[in-house]
Amino acid sequence: MSGLGVLFRRELALAWGRGGGPMLALPFYACVATLLPLAIGADTGPLKAIATGSSWLALALTSLLSLERLFERDFEDGALDLLALGDEPLEAVCFIKCLVQWLATGAPLALAAPIAAMALGASPGLTPLIIATALLGGLGFSFTGGIGAALSIGSRRGGVLIAVIVLPLFAPPVIFGAGAISQAAAGLDWRAGFALLGGYSLFFTALGPFFMAAACRNALS
Amino acid sequence: MIQLLANPQRFMDFSKWAAPIFGILAVALLGTGFTLAFAVPEGVEGSGGSGDAIRFLFFHPQLATMSMAIYAAMAASAFFGFVFRHLLADAGARAAAPLGAGFTFLALATGSLWGVKTWGTWWIWDAKLTAELVLFLLYLGYMALLAAIDDETKATRAANILAMVGVINLPIIYFSVYWWNSIHQGSSMGGNHLGPDYVAPFILNMLGFAALFCALWIVRVRAEVWRRKAGALAVQAAGKS
Repeated sequence: MSGLGVLFRRELALAWGRGGGPMLALPFYACVATLLPLAIGADTGPLKAIATGSSWLALALTSLLSLERLFERDFEDGALDLLALGDEPLEAVCFIKCLVQWLATGAPLALAAPIAAMALGASPGLTPLIIATALLGGLGFSFTGGIGAALSIGSRRGGVLIAVIVLPLFAPPVIFGAGAISQAAAGLDWRAGFALLGGYSLFFTALGPFFMAAACRNALS
Repeated sequence: MIQLLANPQRFMDFSKWAAPIFGILAVALLGTGFTLAFAVPEGVEGSGGSGDAIRFLFFHPQLATMSMAIYAAMAASAFFGFVFRHLLADAGARAAAPLGAGFTFLALATGSLWGVKTWGTWWIWDAKLTAELVLFLLYLGYMALLAAIDDETKATRAANILAMVGVINLPIIYFSVYWWNSIHQGSSMGGNHLGPDYVAPFILNMLGFAALFCALWIVRVRAEVWRRKAGALAVQAAGKS
């Protein structure tokens, strides 16, 4: 088995094991979606208006959860040094890490997103589009978030620092994803927003690992 | 020019004169600009503000333009610092961030004052306003990252990478907020039809704010160089004793 395959299995085991991955992300997501009506009020009118948008907000927040451990743990126990010294390029290592991050949190969340949106009053007919945008958007969140996680390796502020760095960069996917859904809900053409969301996510899937690898090398130097 | 000034000693010799010259230039340009700005006839409805509100036209757009130009300057410095590992470029990026955040904050503050006068509201989620707000958050993120890592060299390099990510993102963010706004409502800002009386102070203040930034930037880069020198001397002295 190639080195990257082993790495993929290791990362997946780490992300899923010990209550990680969906075991953590789904309850958090459910909590955010529950607090929302408590804060807004149980009136279905305003809730329905913000249902799809707020399910996207919850997605963006939830995707920040496990970013802190993405590189920091490997940095602390020295595994990142070994990965950097190994045969596989560090860019590929970062790519695998973010891909697993997406598989372990982004993908399960994408399946939960329409449930939360429907509970808040979104139309059930939007379910396929919500799942598709959440899958694509989660990919973008993982790879932009990974840049923030790699940059804050070795800092004393961890998770909050990542959030401050990364959340402004989440503006375009949130706009495109939530925009596509709200356009579909209004009976308009949703393909523009969906295509732009895909463009953004794939752009950072391609480019993000290079920034992450540069940041890792800097932290390890 | 850049090659020549890349030498820190030569930069210090040059900037000793350049900083005050830019400072004097800024005072002269902004002085003339603001004098003219207060002399122009009051605005009429639909020209960017009736009555005295028109005078925001002579510093708010300039501040907003500078807030973006400074990010470009910071990212360019960051790029040179990252690629060539040049101390002055690193110092330039570090020094530009608080200035950029300041200009962005002033642009947002004057903008909302102008908004109260002309639109009757402190804030609307217009594309331009939102993009400016995100720019402000990008500056804050850069400074937070810089402050959070102990090792100064590593912190600077990490922040340089973030500035480059940010500058790739800025056009996307701009495009996305315009796209977002257009699906909600049309732009509420009309075009400005300016007479020649208005153009002179507009441009003078634009140049004035640019000169002001240059002066402050050079002063801050000089301070960075001195701080590094002081740190090196302190280490030397500690080694001798």
